[in-house]
Amino acid sequence: MLLIENLKVEVEGRQVLKGVNLHVKAGETHVLFGPNGAGKSTLFFAIMGYSKYKITDGKIYFKEKDITYLPTHERAKLGIGIALQRPPALKGIKLEQIGKLMNKTEEEILEKAEALRIKDMLNRDINLGFSGGEMKRSEVFQLMLQDPDLSLIDEPESGVDITNIDVIAKALRKILQKDMPILERKKSGIIITHTGFILEKLTADKGHLLIDGEIICSGNPMEIFNEIKLKGYTECLKCWKRN
Amino acid sequence: MSKMLEEKLKGEEQTLERVGFVFEEKQRAGSFLLVDDQETVSNYSDGVTYYSTHRAVEKIKGLKEKLWSLVNPEKDEYTRKAYEAPLKGYFIHVQKDKKVEKPIQACFFIATSRLVQSVHNIIVIEDGAELHVINGCATASYVNMGMHIGITEIFVGKGAFLSYTMIHDWSEQVEVRPRTAVFVDEGGKFVSNYITIRKSKITQSYPEAFVMKNGAAQFTSLVFAPENSIYDLGARIHLNGENASGEIISRVISGGGKVYSKGHLIGNKKGIKAHMSCDGLLLSEKGSIIAIPELEANYPDVNMSHEAAVGKIAEEEIEYLMSRGFSPEEAKSLIIKGFLDPKILGLPPALEQEVEKTINMIGEGAL
Repeated sequence: MLLIENLKVEVEGRQVLKGVNLHVKAGETHVLFGPNGAGKSTLFFAIMGYSKYKITDGKIYFKEKDITYLPTHERAKLGIGIALQRPPALKGIKLEQIGKLMNKTEEEILEKAEALRIKDMLNRDINLGFSGGEMKRSEVFQLMLQDPDLSLIDEPESGVDITNIDVIAKALRKILQKDMPILERKKSGIIITHTGFILEKLTADKGHLLIDGEIICSGNPMEIFNEIKLKGYTECLKCWKRN
Repeated sequence: MSKMLEEKLKGEEQTLERVGFVFEEKQRAGSFLLVDDQETVSNYSDGVTYYSTHRAVEKIKGLKEKLWSLVNPEKDEYTRKAYEAPLKGYFIHVQKDKKVEKPIQACFFIATSRLVQSVHNIIVIEDGAELHVINGCATASYVNMGMHIGITEIFVGKGAFLSYTMIHDWSEQVEVRPRTAVFVDEGGKFVSNYITIRKSKITQSYPEAFVMKNGAAQFTSLVFAPENSIYDLGARIHLNGENASGEIISRVISGGGKVYSKGHLIGNKKGIKAHMSCDGLLLSEKGSIIAIPELEANYPDVNMSHEAAVGKIAEEEIEYLMSRGFSPEEAKSLIIKGFLDPKILGLPPALEQEVEKTINMIGEGAL
């Protein structure tokens, strides 16, 4: 589904990603760990093709197509979607309107809004004065409407209360086809997370630890998460340097 | 409508519709039309008096004293000009507690080049009454030069409500100088909306409102300024009674024109709430937007604030929409249309829908 080779990315003249390799197969969910400022969100933005994130080297392939320099909306049309951590406010553009403009029926919009408990937010301007939890649910709602083949989900649980974490996890399970038999799953996802909540409610296939612009460790997501919890990022870095 | 008027308006029906003037009488509570210096007025609503100002002054005792009671004729050369000109314009009076559902319409139309059109309007909303006015101003498609001076004095009674929506569609070489003042009595509410579609040479407007205890005044403007146009717009709200509130909202798009977006909020009594926001989108390097908010607190216990944001469309917003599958052009169009959101106008749904059509045209013009 997604193949990233030796990706180097600059943001405002500063090199943030220093040669990232990643392969996400169809039906797989990957988790991305790493300290603040390691470059996790930058990786997402580079996959999405945002202009501030300049690819200086490497390649991104999606569904076997080279998308390294493709404009953002064409990537979206190919089947990549993103739920941002801090999305911008859009004055005068209502949440419901976005759904309609995506050619979704009223029933579908209502049903998905119901699932994310944001029915009363449909008439509000997108992200304008949304609380942290409302923002996450609105992002996942839009992702759900878009129904992409590859979902990039940036910290879906941060700032969200316990009840709503369940709501979000349930929606993500649907988006990533977690309730379907393993071999029948076609949708892929990458999730950035700092906590174990999402991992508990959502099985992930693979975990990666991104530190200082490089993936230094990949493997069983739960194991990596526990290792980080137990020893911290510094120990991980030491381990990587030893090996 | 007289034959002569009909003759003058031939082929201009769409222009009039664009500024909110409909020929279908059942959609309106009353109708006033001024073409150059010819007036016609009709009223279809009980509890409402709708006259030309000239006739009203003749018929209604004591009205003459209301004229020039809020606007000072010595204010500037334009008010002086209007003071000396023959009395044109409309007079609206709504009886106590009468809630007029359908909007009343008025239209000022210039059909002759180089004409100086001067009007003096009086609106009196008695205690507890409600009214929506939609006032369009336009020029015939062939008129290029002209001037419009509009004096409007508005009296909103205790607990009364008036929404006053002004849509401008002037041609290139027309100068527009409205001079408006509003008195809002205790618990009354005044909502002003200013929408401009086409470029005029210069539009300069700085309405003032005087708001008493628990009253409210709101001025909203949606402006698109194409190349070579100048808009000097603002509003001043004197909050003269306890717990009075005032709001000035402006959404300005410059496609090359120059826009001054001013506002002056004055808090004189306790419990005053006032807010001003100015958002500007600059679509062309030739344009400029100058936001000048002023807050004046003359009493300690007041809550007054302002915010202003001027710049080009944020790349971040465009890309956010692009990652939902919209092309850059679609994204920009959505952002501009959202920027000119008719929902901020505070109009009843039917009128909001009408105005939305006009606003969509501005959005398309901006692109």
